[in-house]
Amino acid sequence: MSIDKDKIKHISQLARISLDSKKTDALAKDLSSIFKFIEQLNEINTDKTEPLSSILNEPLRSREDVINDGKIREKVLKNSPQKNEEFFIVPKVIE
Amino acid sequence: MVGKIMNKQNGKYLIKGEKGNWEVIIGLEVHAQVISKSKLFSGSSTKFGAEPNTQVSLVDSAFPGMLPVINEYCVQQAIKTGLGLNAKINHYSVFDRKNYFYADLPQGYQISQYKNPIVGEGNITLDLPEGTKNVGIERLHLEQDAGKSIHDIDPNNTYVDLNRSGVALMEIVSKPDLRSPDEVNAYIKKLRSIMRYLGTCDGNMQEGSLRADVNISVRKVGDKKLGTRCEIKNVNSIKFMQMAIAYEAQRQVELLESGKSVDQETRLFDTKKNETRSMRSKEDAHDYRYFPDPDLLPLNLDKKLIEKIKKNLPELPDQKKERFIKNYALNTYEANVLVSEKEISDYFEEVVETSDIKLAKNWIMGDLFASLNEKNISISQSPVTAKIMAQLINSISSGIISGRTAKEVFEIMKETGEEPNKIIESKGLQQKSDPKELEEIIDKILNNNKDKVEQYKSGKDKLFGFFVGQVMKESEGKANPKLVNEILIKKLK
Repeated sequence: MSIDKDKIKHISQLARISLDSKKTDALAKDLSSIFKFIEQLNEINTDKTEPLSSILNEPLRSREDVINDGKIREKVLKNSPQKNEEFFIVPKVIE
Repeated sequence: MVGKIMNKQNGKYLIKGEKGNWEVIIGLEVHAQVISKSKLFSGSSTKFGAEPNTQVSLVDSAFPGMLPVINEYCVQQAIKTGLGLNAKINHYSVFDRKNYFYADLPQGYQISQYKNPIVGEGNITLDLPEGTKNVGIERLHLEQDAGKSIHDIDPNNTYVDLNRSGVALMEIVSKPDLRSPDEVNAYIKKLRSIMRYLGTCDGNMQEGSLRADVNISVRKVGDKKLGTRCEIKNVNSIKFMQMAIAYEAQRQVELLESGKSVDQETRLFDTKKNETRSMRSKEDAHDYRYFPDPDLLPLNLDKKLIEKIKKNLPELPDQKKERFIKNYALNTYEANVLVSEKEISDYFEEVVETSDIKLAKNWIMGDLFASLNEKNISISQSPVTAKIMAQLINSISSGIISGRTAKEVFEIMKETGEEPNKIIESKGLQQKSDPKELEEIIDKILNNNKDKVEQYKSGKDKLFGFFVGQVMKESEGKANPKLVNEILIKKLK
């Protein structure tokens, strides 16, 4: 798959990463060659191979349903660029 | 609007267009909040209504390096719900990241299940006026809830509360088997009832523990192929869901009949304008870039665990309905009403344990339900407990009071929760059933109305009611009407 400028724009939008428009051409070229490298995998027939979700052959660890966390509002809000005593404050998002 | 809704005799909901009749195809994605003490992947509380951001851990607020650990009880709740929906439980399922950007989603992705959900296909039986209908369940998967954005505190900013962030949700996806707003209503009610019986979701739509996205498309009657669908979000009550469906179905018919096509898109229902409109911000939203969450291993379920949960399932609404019809000689309608909420069926069973079934069902579905509606309370909040309801019914059955007096007693009970026996005693409402006493009253009435007695005897039958009325008046309504009739007939011969 070759990555064009529009694709780069779309991906950066989804990732919320702003891009210098001067850099998009170079990025498109780089990403295209990375894809080309990875796409060599397509040469292998995987029709009968189950997708692998994890390489660890271990059961998922679980916890009991007990409340043993929370009540740390000050800590949680601490790094927010904008806040009051109770809430995170963000630019208006409304439909 | 050219489209008109037709409700034909066979109960079919069709939209009459200019070029023929259209059928509406609906599928629902219900998000049901799991009943659990703590969140799906962290130990913070799930309790509703707490101070903002006090039930948030570093996992829920997505601090770097924090790892999710799954709550085993939430897994069991999902299995339980799956079994209640007659569904296949998958022994292997995977948690995936669903990536999107929003202020109330601190991780930047929701942990959900995509290709391998915990529960597969099942079904649910709807109780409709024209009979039952089977609706397919496509899947049920576990996922995290998002936080809450509050827009009305500050005109320029949005406030974010993460208390709900990370609470376990079950997303239950139906097959596109629903055909009308009424069927949607029946589906949500039945699903809610099953989950409440199971204790897996409280179904409280006001508090947002049960929400739904509605997928709608239309097609000409007779067509086999499904049309392009729209997804309507932001519908938080059954009534709004029904209004949104009616509007959206007509919009699509109009588009198609005028030669245009329906765009597959996410729309939002505006409750004030009663219309749906496109959510442009969601244009990219379907590009979720799902991939298995590297922080979580696949979930393997032990057969024994599933068997154990299966063995301990409570009696569900459909089974209870059958038992009620068989054991208590109820009709289908009555059985449906009485099993709709577990609390109602428990109440009914407690009452009929010690009192007459026929009177019990009439009193519960009549006067009791009316009083609950009037006060907008649930049956478990009613001052009239099952115990005193049974006592009231027994005092009618044994002739202590008449049905009419019972209504008077009930009026007091529903306010105070007093025992009917005490009310009857203190107000002296006992029925007069002593023949001697009644004879005395009747003799007095007949003596005072000798002229009417003559008229009656010479053929004016209608006067019988007059005598009964006078006796009731004299006895302040307490005379046993059956006995009064018997004695009067004898005396007037």
